[in-house]
Amino acid sequence: MDVETLANALVAGILTGMVYGLSALGLSVIFGVIRIVNFAHGELLVIGMFAALVLFRWLGLDPLLSVPLVAALLFVFGYLLQSLVIRRVAHLADHMQFLLLAAIAIAMVSGCLIVFGPDPQGVQLDYALDSFAVGLLVIDKTRLYAAIAAVLVAGLLLAFFKYATVGRAIRACADNYLGAQVVGLNVGRLYALTFGIGSACIGAAGCIILLLVDVHPYLAPGYTLLAFIVVIIGGMGSLFGALLGGVLIGVAEAMAAVVIQPSLKTAFSFALLIVVLLLRPQGLLGKAPH
Amino acid sequence: MELATSRPRRRAVLAGGVAALVAGAAPFNIGRAQGSKLKVGVLLPKSGLQAQIGIDCQRAADLAPALLKSKGFGDMELVLGDTETNPQIARAQAEKLIDQGIHVLTGCFDSGQTLAAAQVCEQKGIPFVVNIAAVPSLTEQGFKTVFRNFPTGPMIATDAFLLQKEMYAATGKAPKTVVLMHVNDTFGTSQADAITKLIDKFDMPYKIVERISYDPAARDLSAEVRKGKGTNAEAVWFISRLNDAILMTREMIKQRWEPMGIISSGPGWYEGQYMQALGKHGDDVVSLVPWYDPNKPMSKALVAAMQKAHAGLTVNTNHAHTFEAMLIIADAYKRAGATDAAKLIAALEKTDIKDNVTVGPGVKFDEKHQNPKTRCSAVQNRGGKNLAIFPAEAAETKPVWPMTPWSKRA
Repeated sequence: MDVETLANALVAGILTGMVYGLSALGLSVIFGVIRIVNFAHGELLVIGMFAALVLFRWLGLDPLLSVPLVAALLFVFGYLLQSLVIRRVAHLADHMQFLLLAAIAIAMVSGCLIVFGPDPQGVQLDYALDSFAVGLLVIDKTRLYAAIAAVLVAGLLLAFFKYATVGRAIRACADNYLGAQVVGLNVGRLYALTFGIGSACIGAAGCIILLLVDVHPYLAPGYTLLAFIVVIIGGMGSLFGALLGGVLIGVAEAMAAVVIQPSLKTAFSFALLIVVLLLRPQGLLGKAPH
Repeated sequence: MELATSRPRRRAVLAGGVAALVAGAAPFNIGRAQGSKLKVGVLLPKSGLQAQIGIDCQRAADLAPALLKSKGFGDMELVLGDTETNPQIARAQAEKLIDQGIHVLTGCFDSGQTLAAAQVCEQKGIPFVVNIAAVPSLTEQGFKTVFRNFPTGPMIATDAFLLQKEMYAATGKAPKTVVLMHVNDTFGTSQADAITKLIDKFDMPYKIVERISYDPAARDLSAEVRKGKGTNAEAVWFISRLNDAILMTREMIKQRWEPMGIISSGPGWYEGQYMQALGKHGDDVVSLVPWYDPNKPMSKALVAAMQKAHAGLTVNTNHAHTFEAMLIIADAYKRAGATDAAKLIAALEKTDIKDNVTVGPGVKFDEKHQNPKTRCSAVQNRGGKNLAIFPAEAAETKPVWPMTPWSKRA
C-alpha cells in the first residue's frame, strides 16, 4: 500500500470521525446529565436529516445553513419529549425506559416511512463532487466542510457547558442531583433543557451528515449503534470523549478498509470497543465509578 | 469535559440496544383464500436497501396478468409480499403468502432472500419460479419445486468475459490490469468467485490485480474507492447494488479516479435511478447483464405496455426477468389446466417457450430446473438511456470505450 493512499485514508478518517463524534455528542450529553440512554438517538438524527432535506427542496437551503433551524426544531421536540413523556418514566426500572425509547424510535421510523418512503434521498449541491488537491492529498470538499461544521458545533456546545450559567447549572445537576435541588435549581426544567440541547446537537449532526450520506428511514439503527460505540470508547458522559471516540472510529475504519479489506472495517470498530471495554471499561476519557 | 461520573450500565445499555435493534414485524396468519384464478405470490424487496429495485421488478409483475391474458393465457391474481431486503423476513413472508393460499411463488431478486424463500417452498411443496437470483446453489442442491430462468453466477461471468473480448476487439483498446470490487453478500461473493475461477479459461488481455469486497449497506464508501484507486488498475469491474453504485461513482469523481472504463456485471449501474441520480456522470458505464432482446415480439409487447403504464421508463433486466417469470408461470398454468401444485410443477418441467423476452433461444429447463441457454448483453448508459452494444447481432449502437473522463464531461 503506497503512502498516498494511506495519507488520504488517514485524512478522510479524521474528517469523517469528527462528524461521527458530533453525532454521538447528543447521546453523551443526555446520558451524562439525565442518566437516560436515548435509544431513539439514530431516529432523531434521521429526522434531522429529513428536516434538512425538506429545507433544501423547499427553500434551496444548503444543509450547512439549515443547521440553526433544524437544531431549533429538534430542541423543541427534545424539550417536549423529556417534559411530557420521558420524565414520567424516570422513576421506573432501566428496562422500562429502554422499551419506551425503543417504542418512540420505531414510531419515528414508521412516521418517516409514511411521509418520505423507503428510498434513499440526498441533496445535489454545486460543490458535492468537488475536491481540493494539496500535494499528495485529495480532500473531498463536502467532507471537509462537514468536519469544520462539526468542530464548530461541538465547540459551541462545550463553551455553553463551560461558560453559560444554564450550562453550569446543568453540570451541577449532573454532578450532584440532590445538591442541585437543595440550592434551588429547577432540576425538571434543566433536564428538559438538556434533552432539548442533546436533540439539537443530534439535529445539527443530521444536517451535516446529509452532505455525506443519502437519507432513508432505515439508517437510524446503524447510527444509534455507531453512537453507542463512540461514546463507550470515549467514555459515557464525557464530551471530549465522544469527539475522541468518533475520530478513533473514523480513522480505524478508514485504515482497516485500505490496509486490510473494506468488508472488515465495521469489525474493527467493534474490536476497538471490545479492547476498550476489557482494558478501560469506563472509556478512554471517562471516570471510573466510585 | 465531564458531565457526570458514569455508573456501570453498559450491559444494560447493550442488552437494551440489541432488543431495540431486533424489533420486527410478526406475520399474521390469514385464512386460506379460494378462487378460480391462479394466485401468484410476488415476493420482492420493496423496502430497505434494495427497495428501489424491488419496486422496479414489481412494475413488470403488475403488467403481466393483463398483458398475458391478452396473449391467451389464463387469469392470474397477484398476492404481494415484501422481504424488507432481509433473508429472514423473506422466509417469514414466503410462509405467510403460502398461508394466504398462493399456488405459485415468484421473486425475490436477491440470492440470499431467494434461497430463504426457496427452502420454504420446497418444504411446503409450492412451485417457485425465480425472477432474479444468480447464486449457483439455488439449482445445484436438488430442489424439486424451484425453477430458474436467470443465469447463474458462472454463466454471467462466462458471458461477461466473452462480451468484453468482443468489445476490446472492436475498439482496439483493452486494459492490462483490472480491480474487481464486489458486494460481500451471497450474490456478490458467488459472482466474484466465479469470475476469479473462470478468468484463466478466457485468455483475457488483463489480470485482476486485486479483489475488494465491501458491505453494500456501508454508510460511506470513500475508503473502498480509495483502496481501489490505490491498486492503479487501468479499469474497474464492479458487482454492486443500486445505492452503493451511486455512492461509488460519486466517490470516484471526488477522488479524481479516472479509469479507462467501468464494467459492471450486476445491478445498480444500468438502473434508471442510477442515471437520474448522476446525470452525465452516469454515462459510459458498461453493464454485462442478462437483458431483453428488443427484436422479439413479446419484448415489443412488454416495452409498449411499460411505456403505457410508466411513460419514459426504459425496460431493463428487472422488468424483463420478472415479466418472463410471470410468462413461465402463465404458460405452465395454461398447460397444466389446474392450480394444483404437482400439476404445475410437472408442467414447469416441460416448459419450452420460444416467444419469450430475454436474450437467448427461449425458456427450457434442464434436469436441475435451470434454463442453461439464457444469455447476457453488454449495455452502455448513454444520455440517460441503456443501449445494447454487444453481442453485435443485438447491438443498438457503437461502444464508447475508453469512457469519457469525469473532468471532460460537458
